[in-house]
Amino acid sequence: MPSSPTGAPLLAARSLCLERGGRQLFRNLSFDILAGQLWQIEGSNGAGKTSLMRILCGLSRYGYEGSVERHVPFLYLGHQSAVKALLTPRENLAFHVSGEGQYGNEQIESALAEVGLYGYEDVASHTLSAGQHRRVNLARLLLSDTSLWLLDEPFTAIDTAGVDALQALLASHVAAGGAVVMTSHQALEVACDVHVLNLGAGATV
Amino acid sequence: MTAPAAGQFCLRLLRRQLLLAVRRPVEIGNPLLFFAMVVALFPLGLGPAPGTLAGFASGVLWITALLSNLLTSDAVFRSDFEDGSLEQLLLAPQPLFLSVLAYIGAHWLTTGLLLALVSPVFALMLNLSTAALGALVASLLIGTALLSLIGGIGASLTVGLKRGGMLISLLILPLYMPVLIFGSAAVQAAVSGLPAGPYLAILGAMLCLAIALAPLAMAAGLRISIDA
Repeated sequence: MPSSPTGAPLLAARSLCLERGGRQLFRNLSFDILAGQLWQIEGSNGAGKTSLMRILCGLSRYGYEGSVERHVPFLYLGHQSAVKALLTPRENLAFHVSGEGQYGNEQIESALAEVGLYGYEDVASHTLSAGQHRRVNLARLLLSDTSLWLLDEPFTAIDTAGVDALQALLASHVAAGGAVVMTSHQALEVACDVHVLNLGAGATV
Repeated sequence: MTAPAAGQFCLRLLRRQLLLAVRRPVEIGNPLLFFAMVVALFPLGLGPAPGTLAGFASGVLWITALLSNLLTSDAVFRSDFEDGSLEQLLLAPQPLFLSVLAYIGAHWLTTGLLLALVSPVFALMLNLSTAALGALVASLLIGTALLSLIGGIGASLTVGLKRGGMLISLLILPLYMPVLIFGSAAVQAAVSGLPAGPYLAILGAMLCLAIALAPLAMAAGLRISIDA
């Protein structure tokens, strides 16, 4: 697991301010994501969780103030699962457009088995359910060795057993020196400290 | 594990796009069918006299190729935008310049290349002089690649819009004009027994320019579309 020296932030946000539709979603938001930390971004619908995630990963480049420094490669999973319906789960992972790695067949098979898609490796993805699409996407977490994960609502459409498995995966990633930033409405049940960032009305940190 | 090198990633994208195209053969067949239909309609509208048709053939073939390219260029990034793949592509560590070039390459291989290869059949239907067939195929090979690159710019700018179909035509049609002019002029020159080389050279020069500049515009367009 490549990780930067302890203490050096993997990602640093400096005085982020965002205004949407005349509403101040957050201002002066500054934080450092260090190795071994699990951050949960909370807030009601429309509080700016997804906007903040998109700013952190660099998809939003304008319309906000402040700066984000990204010091390590990261993995971002957004609202949409980025799974091509015409490709099989195996092809989806082998040809993935995010380009963080090149995976062999065995790696992909074991990752798919671990997310509960054993036997679905070569089925066209359009026959899979929404939850199974999300699971294909989550298999990327197992394959990738990036240390920083930015996850936007990773529990959406996942069943309770899947949620438990994912929480265990997050905890083990953090324990191994990685870092996770995620948005979620539900309380996390993980065996590590959770840094909660609540985006209330005009949150400041 | 390290991220694949840019060239390797490019080939991976190309394979992915080609695989997707093969899984949806209708989208490969549609431009060809459109080409066939329009070419079959012209004799009905203009009269079937071989001499009349031969006079129009070079222009008709080129305009039809251009329109069928216009019809497909909207879809280059569309499905990837809708399922979130485009976000992941923008975050990839590899340069976006080469990635979009792979997308356009796949688009050209499944539309322009096939169109250029079957064009002699349609040319014979329009009684184009056989001496001009070589120039037709060569000009379409270069020209459709150029059209795909220009179309990609329009596609990248309109991908975020629900109905970008009309807007993309307005954006890229003016840029299609020089390609049409030199492309059909190359065929016309060959018909009248003049060398088509100079026109093809100009098309080739425009293609070089487009390969160098269009991916920059596409990359910027995609970043704007995803940001909005």
